[in-house]
Amino acid sequence: MAQPGTIDPIHQFEIQKLVPINLFGFDMSFTNSALWMVIAVAVTTLVMVYGSASRSIVPGRLQSLAEMAYEFVANTLTGVTGREGMKFFPFVFSLFMFVFAANMLGMIPGSFTTTSHIIVTAAFAMLVITVVLVAGIVGHGSHFFGLFVPSGVPGWLLPFMVLIEVVSFVSRPISLSLRLFGNMLAGHIALKVFGAFVAALLGAGAAGILAPLPLLLAVALTALEFLVAFLQAYVFTILTCVYLNDALHPGH
Amino acid sequence: MELAAASALAKFIGAGLACLGMGLAAIGVGNIFGNFLSGALRNPSAADGQFGRAFIGAALAEGLGIFCFVVALVLLFVV
Repeated sequence: MAQPGTIDPIHQFEIQKLVPINLFGFDMSFTNSALWMVIAVAVTTLVMVYGSASRSIVPGRLQSLAEMAYEFVANTLTGVTGREGMKFFPFVFSLFMFVFAANMLGMIPGSFTTTSHIIVTAAFAMLVITVVLVAGIVGHGSHFFGLFVPSGVPGWLLPFMVLIEVVSFVSRPISLSLRLFGNMLAGHIALKVFGAFVAALLGAGAAGILAPLPLLLAVALTALEFLVAFLQAYVFTILTCVYLNDALHPGH
Repeated sequence: MELAAASALAKFIGAGLACLGMGLAAIGVGNIFGNFLSGALRNPSAADGQFGRAFIGAALAEGLGIFCFVVALVLLFVV
């Protein structure tokens, strides 16, 4: 693929089959992507199970971590949707914990970032929109479609407004999935490119004295990527809450 | 110029042009956080309640920049 000596930032996102499985003509192989998803689930499960096992009044480190995660997501959810949004708490909490764990595990050198694949984030976004649609229609029936009909609009403008609202609703899963995917992909590509600059400068003889400059930038970018890993998990969660709010309180 | 070389050239020019959009999205995100900060410094007690909203706005503005990035990537690696 790439010639030696050139920068190949995409290589890290390649999916490798670890255990080839072929079921009924479908390729269901256990890939490195699946492995890191399993690790993300295992890490979150361990933190939450062991964190909530002791239930002491004065929490230890693991228990504080679990409590902080719970309160953070609960505050975000109730802040946007109000108390009645808490029935969606298990969904939103597992979504946040999985995306956060997957983003953070992706920062381990040599690991695989599952959220840097559009198919993973698109599946999440479609799940979110499906939950919103089902919750809205079950909870409010046809009244839910009042979401697309803004009030206080002159009659001749109404068809256009309805069209705009429908397009904005339909583009939600696209933007939700592309945002997480694009951020993780862009960050990891930038890290790889600056790492390759360091290696290329070190191999370039006298120009090697410049090598610490991209190294410093790579260190700063790593710190930024940790921030982005948390921030994108938070943004994904809060946008899920905003969309759930539309399902719980439709109508303009 | 041959057609293949011309199309490769156009691909790279298109990807570079798409990156302009990412810079414009950066202006938008900077606007949101700048205004949030100036508002928060005037009234620090109200800042915590609007924190989430600042991030929703920033996420929406940033998403448009990400679209430009995806367009650039599609031009470089897919088309």
